[in-house]
Amino acid sequence: MSERVCDIALTVNGESVVETIEARQSLVDFLREKLSLTGSHVGCEHGVCGACTVRVEGVTVRGCLMLAAQCDGAKVDTIEGVSDSGEIADLQQAFEKRNALQCGFCTPGMLLTAQELLSSGAIPSREKIREHISGNYCRCTGYHAIVDAIEAVAQARAGSAR
Amino acid sequence: MKPAPFAYARAKSVEHAIELLAHPEARLLAGGQSLIATLNMRLSAPKLLIDLNGINGLSVIKASDGTVEIGALTRHCEAERSAEIAKYAPLIALAMPHIGHAAIRNRGTLGGSIAFADPAAELPACLVALGGEVEIAGGHGMRAVKADDFFKGLFETSLGSRDVLTSIRIPAATSGSRAGFAEFARRHGDYAMVGLAATAEANGRGLKNVRLAFFGVGDMPMRAKKAEAALGADDFDGAVSALGSDLDPRDDVQATAATKKHLAGVLLRRVAKQLLEPRA
Amino acid sequence: MKIVEDTAPVLTALDRPNSYIGRSVPRPNLARLTQGRAQYVSDVVLPRMAYVAFVRSPHAHAKIVSIDAAAAQQAPGVVAVVTGAELARIITPWVGVLTHLKGIKSAPQHAIAVDRACWVGEAVCAVIARTRAEAEDGCELVHVEYEELPAVTDPETALDASTPVIHPTLGDNLTFERSLSAGDPEKGFAEADATIETTFVFGRHTGVTNEPRAVVADWNPGEQRMTVYQGTQAPHMMQNLFAKHLGLAEHQVRVVTKDVGGSFGIKVHTYADEMATVALSKLLRRPIKFVADRIESFVTDIHARDHRVKARIGVKNDGTITAFEIDDLTGIGPYSVYPRTSGIEANQIVNLVGSPYTCMNYKARTRVVFQNKNVMCQYRAVGHPIAVAVTEGLVELAAAKIGMDPLELRRRNLFPDDSYPAQTAAGLKLEKLSHHEALAHLDAMVNYAGLRAEQERLRKQGIYRGLGFASFIEVTNPSAAFYGVGGAKISAQDGATVKLDAQGMISIHSGVTEQGQGAEAVLAQCVATSFGVPIERIRVVTGDTDNTPYGGGTWASRAAGIGGEAAWQAGKALRQNVLTVAGSILQAKPETLDIRNGLVVDQDGGNERISLEEVARIAYFRPDTLPSGIRAEFVATRHYVPRAWPFSFTNGIQASYLEVDTDSGFVKLLKHWCVEDCGTIINPQLVDEQVRGGVVQGIGAALFEQCVYDQRGQLLNGNMADYLVPMAVEMPDIEVGHVVSPTADSELGAKGAGEAGTAGAPGSVMNAINDALRPLGAASLTDMPFTPDKILRALGKV
Repeated sequence: MSERVCDIALTVNGESVVETIEARQSLVDFLREKLSLTGSHVGCEHGVCGACTVRVEGVTVRGCLMLAAQCDGAKVDTIEGVSDSGEIADLQQAFEKRNALQCGFCTPGMLLTAQELLSSGAIPSREKIREHISGNYCRCTGYHAIVDAIEAVAQARAGSAR
Repeated sequence: MKPAPFAYARAKSVEHAIELLAHPEARLLAGGQSLIATLNMRLSAPKLLIDLNGINGLSVIKASDGTVEIGALTRHCEAERSAEIAKYAPLIALAMPHIGHAAIRNRGTLGGSIAFADPAAELPACLVALGGEVEIAGGHGMRAVKADDFFKGLFETSLGSRDVLTSIRIPAATSGSRAGFAEFARRHGDYAMVGLAATAEANGRGLKNVRLAFFGVGDMPMRAKKAEAALGADDFDGAVSALGSDLDPRDDVQATAATKKHLAGVLLRRVAKQLLEPRA
Repeated sequence: MKIVEDTAPVLTALDRPNSYIGRSVPRPNLARLTQGRAQYVSDVVLPRMAYVAFVRSPHAHAKIVSIDAAAAQQAPGVVAVVTGAELARIITPWVGVLTHLKGIKSAPQHAIAVDRACWVGEAVCAVIARTRAEAEDGCELVHVEYEELPAVTDPETALDASTPVIHPTLGDNLTFERSLSAGDPEKGFAEADATIETTFVFGRHTGVTNEPRAVVADWNPGEQRMTVYQGTQAPHMMQNLFAKHLGLAEHQVRVVTKDVGGSFGIKVHTYADEMATVALSKLLRRPIKFVADRIESFVTDIHARDHRVKARIGVKNDGTITAFEIDDLTGIGPYSVYPRTSGIEANQIVNLVGSPYTCMNYKARTRVVFQNKNVMCQYRAVGHPIAVAVTEGLVELAAAKIGMDPLELRRRNLFPDDSYPAQTAAGLKLEKLSHHEALAHLDAMVNYAGLRAEQERLRKQGIYRGLGFASFIEVTNPSAAFYGVGGAKISAQDGATVKLDAQGMISIHSGVTEQGQGAEAVLAQCVATSFGVPIERIRVVTGDTDNTPYGGGTWASRAAGIGGEAAWQAGKALRQNVLTVAGSILQAKPETLDIRNGLVVDQDGGNERISLEEVARIAYFRPDTLPSGIRAEFVATRHYVPRAWPFSFTNGIQASYLEVDTDSGFVKLLKHWCVEDCGTIINPQLVDEQVRGGVVQGIGAALFEQCVYDQRGQLLNGNMADYLVPMAVEMPDIEVGHVVSPTADSELGAKGAGEAGTAGAPGSVMNAINDALRPLGAASLTDMPFTPDKILRALGKV
């Protein structure tokens, strides 16, 4: 395969997807424009703001720094899938209750990032939470409410795990 | 910003990658965390992108015979979790949390970072501090290049247009090995304003074979050789003042040359303390 | 920190049962945001939509000699290439001046530059293609020949005779100048025992909204209607402007604003590239989408806060402030931004310096000058961060000079809490503020004595912590005095329509807009309370000029105080309408009935009489059963505008506690506090979160953010790696407290709260840094942002 246009076959939110794309199309643009999954956002295209965070093969990545072409054969999860499956329901509820989002643009990336932090099962300190979300830019909240919400979910999950 | 159009090819092996590199305007894609940002901004417009990520066997971490070999496609997050690296290459373990953010570390690779050679990046300096070497596969076979010789200028390395960096090799740490790392960055995860990766060996209560690799102070990692000698002679104040001639940074958007020099001295004192601590 | 619980309502003066006023109810519209199912303009896709990218000037000032589009027109996917001259046939230029800023002048600005580019990044040609990528490919093929002209890039010399004049027809580079003299400043300085004179410098910076500016314009030739999807704060204002400059009637234009990924004032202005996009849709007769990418955002989103303020304070040994004086110079871009003008920020600074204090001797001058850099205009807390930093910086320098505690010096000079109504030296009319109560509250919150003791103890160990404060007042709920009087078609009033549907559910249609601060929630809380239903029964519609009453949108912290009041009144009016019908059904006097929790009940005793669903069923489907003469109109519209006060001022005080690493010059923020009095608080959690978000934006200004230009007018750090926005690790926890002084100008008594955090944060952080370094004899730092460079220099280490 040595073309400007590629065929890819991948799984997105559990659904098989087969598309023909330009090689230069980023993963996040592919999700948003080809698949109309607009929950992942484009904020900078430098890999700095984290608004494009999605999951590829189970780990968070910058959707603006991966090509869709690289995802042939891959398993991709976006906020829509992770939301519909109920995986992050407690995080979503905590964010909503604590108002850990205002405009919501950073929120899908923030939720996926938070979920990755909490998936180890440990209760991170506030410093550790801040460190883990340090690659997700939020202009609205000032981060305090987000830290509160993630901390509360970590405690709740650990509590119910006992 | 969308990249200029390019063709995309998936290399099946290192040899295949070298074949594909015959294209005059090709670039290798590893983690992509630096490259794709560059392409998005159209700072670079290659006509062919060669994806290395499908090549098997390039992400093995192996410690044997006093050497740690790390495959070039080892992801930063793999290195972060690696018990071998924690034990035999503690300097790299110290540097890892400073590299970008979790999502970046999930994709970025050690080989990619070293090949890209950003002057403010952590891993090139670590390689220099460790006195390591890189293994390069090229049109004429394999060769090893020592870290001190590998970095040549701003984003410039020994890698030729048909070379593929396949692994890095560093001397495995022993009980007498010391490592120190510190950087000043305006925000956690940013490229460093100034950073220092350092190794040494215990020498009684002092140090010998000190290697100090500063980053963010020049076009490439800078060995501060006079300072190294002074530290080896227990002269900490002397080491700090030696930086005045060892380093010649330029002003940049984040800091003036004078500030960088001053911060280099502050880092040196902090890292020297780390070097003096026996291994845990 | 716990998640704030929605606690039982405290009885308020508004005295409605099951009141939502003062409750931290979660916003009803959040689920779509957390599910990734919002609709931002950048998500909008329409049939036959094409994308525009712009060729942008690489020169700060240059004649456009020629544009060769031939190669671009042939590029794959390119639909059209359009120059400024071609587009000027479709859309007229504009001039950003208002009559109440006496003497302000500016030159006409076109949607795409014609003849001349005046800043690096100004659009000189549009390429429209099937995809954004193809449009960018096309841009690379457009060949523009420029003749470089000298660029004006230093505000200090912009008015020198030897400096080229950017717009020769204007005569000079002066946009606007204003002087003020109140009381007897010369006498005040003469009477002072100590005078502090210093210069404050504020780095130019920008909003960096997470979602860049985006617009989708859809001209439908069949309907002769233009629909614009835009993340604007002021849809009706934009409706007026699109109509005006395209030669349409306002009702031919519809502006739709759904979800907005952050604005903070950035998206309340008129942008040439957005106007161009709308004009291109009309020209090309199809939907056109423009999404600014991050690189172009940095050179085109309005910048703000580029000011140099020479300032003086006179103080007596007993702490009495005897005079304030400022001389402000600000360099904007080559055009005053439209329609709000680039004179407002400077005007606010003149108005606001010294404003918490009773000192009546005040002299001020401001000059606004044109430059060949990106345009500058209103950004969150417009002018306040600068005025507050100058005032509070002078106050703490004065306190240090005479050896008085900085809180004590404030106590001796702040307007007493019982001195209202009052007027500041600059003539600002104040209804009722609470500076002293707020200060006392803050003193207790921070444990002032405890922190000072800790600071002293740590100093002995060579650890330098600092505590800094900033008292402030904030402009909210503006009347027409802000813009309307100057001729701008920017509405100071706002309206809300409230409807009861056939199932007994309520919808609110409001002219204010939502960018994430919770305007929709506040509106719902107001109507839920004044009408009498559980909040789950309410749906809110904002951001649609076809479907909301004519309003001003959201800016100057007006959504809750003005939009909320209109909604409150509409809810009351609808309740009356419903009770009139319910009364006729029940054969009871309407005044003996009430609506509570979605049911019509007896006023006394609360007995359930009839459900809303039943009343609605009868009114909509069985009006034959109603007595003649009873007309059921289950919709009410009310408009509200503040009349008693030009602005509803709020007040607050902030504190910053930090540690300076004197080896490295790095600042670690330990904690931040704000006590805020915004009148009646409708939703405490939302107010606190506005304060927190605002504080962090202000911290960005104090420590991190600056647009760095070189002498040639090139922006050197216009990307996310080099322009430093606050991220999570460096930010402190922020504690918020409240005092409540309602305004009597509305029933709700709510003032605004959206910008207070940003107003006070930079000044308090600056004061804390100087407090930390004072014992070391460091030079005072007054040049923001306070980078390690500057701190090390102040310490004499570099």
